[in-house]
Amino acid sequence: MNYQAIWFVLWSVLWAVYFTTDGFDFGAGMLQRFVSRSEKDRRTVNNTMGPVWDGNEVWLLTAGGATFAAFPVVYASMFSFLYSALLLLLFALIFRGVAFEFRGQRDSQTWRNSWDWALLFGSFIPALLFGVAFGNIFEGLNFDSTGWHGSLLGLLNPYGLLTGVLFVLLFLQHGALWLRIKTSGGIAERSAAIAGGVWYALLAVAVVFLAATNFATHLYDNYRDQPLWVIVPLTAVAALLSVKVLARAGKYFASFMASCLTIMTVVFTGVIGLYPNMIPSSVDPAANLTIYNSSSSTYTLQIMTVVAVVFVPLVIAYQLWVYRIFREETGSGVYGQMEP
Amino acid sequence: MDVLELSRLQFALTSMFHFIFVPLTLGLSILVAFMETKYVRTGNEMYLRMTKFWGKLFLINFALGVVTGITLEFQFGMNWSKYSEYVGDIFGAPLAIEATAAFFLESTFIGLWIFGWNRISPRLHAVSIWVVAFATNLSGLWILLANGWMQHPVGYVLRNGRAEMVDFMAMVTNPYGLLKFGHQIMAGYVVAAFFVMGISAWHLRRQNSTELFKSSFKIAAVFALVSSLGVGLIGDFHAKGVAESQPAKFAAMESIWNTQDDADWNLIVIPDTSGHKNSVEAVGLPEVLSYLATGDFDGRVTGLNDIPANERPPVLPVFTSFRLMVYLGMLFALLAVIATFKAWRGTLLTSRRFLWIMVYMIPLPYIANQLGWIVAEVGRQPWIVYGVLLTADAGSPAVSLSQVWTSLTAFTLVYAMLGAIDIFLLFKVARKGPDDDLTFIVKPANSQGA
Ligand code: HDD
Ligand code: HEM
Ligand code: HEM
Repeated sequence: MNYQAIWFVLWSVLWAVYFTTDGFDFGAGMLQRFVSRSEKDRRTVNNTMGPVWDGNEVWLLTAGGATFAAFPVVYASMFSFLYSALLLLLFALIFRGVAFEFRGQRDSQTWRNSWDWALLFGSFIPALLFGVAFGNIFEGLNFDSTGWHGSLLGLLNPYGLLTGVLFVLLFLQHGALWLRIKTSGGIAERSAAIAGGVWYALLAVAVVFLAATNFATHLYDNYRDQPLWVIVPLTAVAALLSVKVLARAGKYFASFMASCLTIMTVVFTGVIGLYPNMIPSSVDPAANLTIYNSSSSTYTLQIMTVVAVVFVPLVIAYQLWVYRIFREETGSGVYGQMEP
Repeated sequence: MDVLELSRLQFALTSMFHFIFVPLTLGLSILVAFMETKYVRTGNEMYLRMTKFWGKLFLINFALGVVTGITLEFQFGMNWSKYSEYVGDIFGAPLAIEATAAFFLESTFIGLWIFGWNRISPRLHAVSIWVVAFATNLSGLWILLANGWMQHPVGYVLRNGRAEMVDFMAMVTNPYGLLKFGHQIMAGYVVAAFFVMGISAWHLRRQNSTELFKSSFKIAAVFALVSSLGVGLIGDFHAKGVAESQPAKFAAMESIWNTQDDADWNLIVIPDTSGHKNSVEAVGLPEVLSYLATGDFDGRVTGLNDIPANERPPVLPVFTSFRLMVYLGMLFALLAVIATFKAWRGTLLTSRRFLWIMVYMIPLPYIANQLGWIVAEVGRQPWIVYGVLLTADAGSPAVSLSQVWTSLTAFTLVYAMLGAIDIFLLFKVARKGPDDDLTFIVKPANSQGA
């Protein structure tokens, strides 16, 4: 394998881990108002995410930074082409971030309520936009050798929106299962019910998505050439089915894990279809940004490989350790002052 | 205004806003870690209340530091796509390393610290804030190596139509970047030290929790002493580095128009930019400027008139900012000496006027930090990467005027709102003073007191 291919794999792993971890924050953030019946409930929901959301978000920063270091042309094109969408995403993430920290700093119902809305939209908008962005990348963006010809509205095409809805549903289910295993009583019951309901919608959208992908994108070409890879989308389907089976059996932790696997394999399904493109062009295949024409020099990729090999396992280790420390059910303490 | 100018304005706005929160994080993380260590060592609950109080202020500030940083991480691609393509091979690396090596540590362990009061042992809890302090300073190192590379590019060749990295170690040991790091973290410590001293002074004047605030003041005063001497000392080395690698910036910083071999340093200078000279130069120290620039009283200092007009940065903002920064630095050193002296002698409570002054000193180190960045960034113009790439060639062709107008307006409004809320919260918590309720905290074995 050459370094470009190694970095393509790492790049997709970073995105997959990002969606798997921050995905439950998005889901729980969207559900916070709906599973809560009291201020105490809302605090509990936030506390399930409190210790980990920032660490989860850094996977996004790392995915962004790694794109910059390993595929600078992709970094430059993707972010300047998708300027307005990215801007919206940034503001959503900003409001979500401060919502966590500011909410408990003042004893006022209006104050807390405003930050709860910020949390809701700060979770929903990124979930949707990440889907729309990836959907459009799968389809190909509207650019050629002379530059970018698309628009924000052009991104909101049916396939892009469909992918957006798919992401929202994936994260809703993921967040609901997360709340089911991190809480007890009313919140846990309502979350389990929501996860159960969302699953049917998700299944339906996933089927439509898989069919639409055949017509809207070239993702399946790689699978036709190398049928063995079909194992990845098949795993995604199997994982999605086991989410339901395990939840039915009351094994919610395992069900949550299956949801993790679903999200990862959905990301890999798309990325395998893209290879060796990173950003295909919808108008001129000659302009496609591939891992070869947009990568850094071999020397830089070597350095970055060493960095990744040393640090990524370390990061995973200490993040798992922190998850373990907070493995027990979450309390409803005020921000930063958890109940014993 | 065109897309490029608006993008510049937007970068300046967003990075300077990020930089309202960064310096305090750099220094206060260390002070809070020190306080908590004192608590774990002595078991004295005053230190626990101290940790909680300053820790709360730390977190309110930290929140905005984090969310405003995300914007910067993506802005290179959004507004500076030509720049990103041209230098990503070398500039992207420190940015990616910053995220993998520093941000993960910082964000994971801050979560552990905030929510871990009852879950982990007091010792591990103290370790976790030390990890945060280490990681924030480490993140500063990598971002300043990145910025140092833009100021003084090393370890690259121009190949395949872009700058490619050929020597990673050259970038990591770039003296310009390391000096920047040293100067910057010291500047951050100054902010934190004056922040803690100022708020302590406010409470001491009101005789609230005097023991706690006397002790906080003392810790901060020593920190201020070390850091305000450090910032000036490293700043002097830094200036010599600037004179060597960016003579145009140095000439603008000092407003030197004619090349000289034994240049004087004047306390009072008024530049006349259209006449290409200074209209006033008074109170001169003979040959000192040559020494400041080169380390030799007879060293040669290049003047602006010997630099092509299109390679000169705007003189007035660079000169004014630099002067003010240096004068402020001297003021901080003076105040730090007095503060340490009074804290040591135990005469703080009776020095009411001094305490009053210290309250109003809180904003000044923040201003000095912003001024420093204006020197560094405006002084580098017209280059975005010194001698390699012009700012004018670095923008994003795919971005339209209306898009940048929208984003700039949105950033201005949202940041103004968040900044106002943050300052409001800081004031509220700072005024309220320390909490007495410590019931929710697991105490170390040797704990004593109420
Ligand atoms: C000398 C220090 C320094 C400088 C020059 C910068 N930063 Fe910064 N940054 C920090 C020091 C720092 C910090 C102290 O580590 C912060 C501030 C508050 C915080 O929470 O961490 C931080 C946070 C922070 C975050 C959020 C990390 C998280 O989620 O935990 C990002 C993405 C950036 N920064 C990115 C940048 C970029 C792209 C910069 C350049 C334009 C930049 N910073 C300048
Ligand atoms: C690694 C860190 C940084 C990098 C890579 C960086 C890079 C840049 C870039 C790309 C621009 C726009 C082009 C230009 O006009 O020069 C800029 C401008 C500017 N930046 Fe920075 N910057 C960094 C940190 C900061 C920080 C932390 C501050 C201040 C708080 C700052 C202050 C400014 C100012 C005032 C300008 C406007 C200069 C002008 O356009 O005339 N920079 N910088
Ligand atoms: C007392 C004498 C001081 C000297 C001689 C000095 C020197 C310098 C120089 C030469 C630069 C420009 C670096 C460049 O162009 O890249 C600079 C930048 C800067 N200064 Fe100072 N400085 C002093 C005091 C201070 C103080 C008191 C603070 C804040 C508390 C401060 C904060 C900064 C910051 C934040 C920067 C921008 C980052 C950097 O380039 O390192 N400085 N300083």
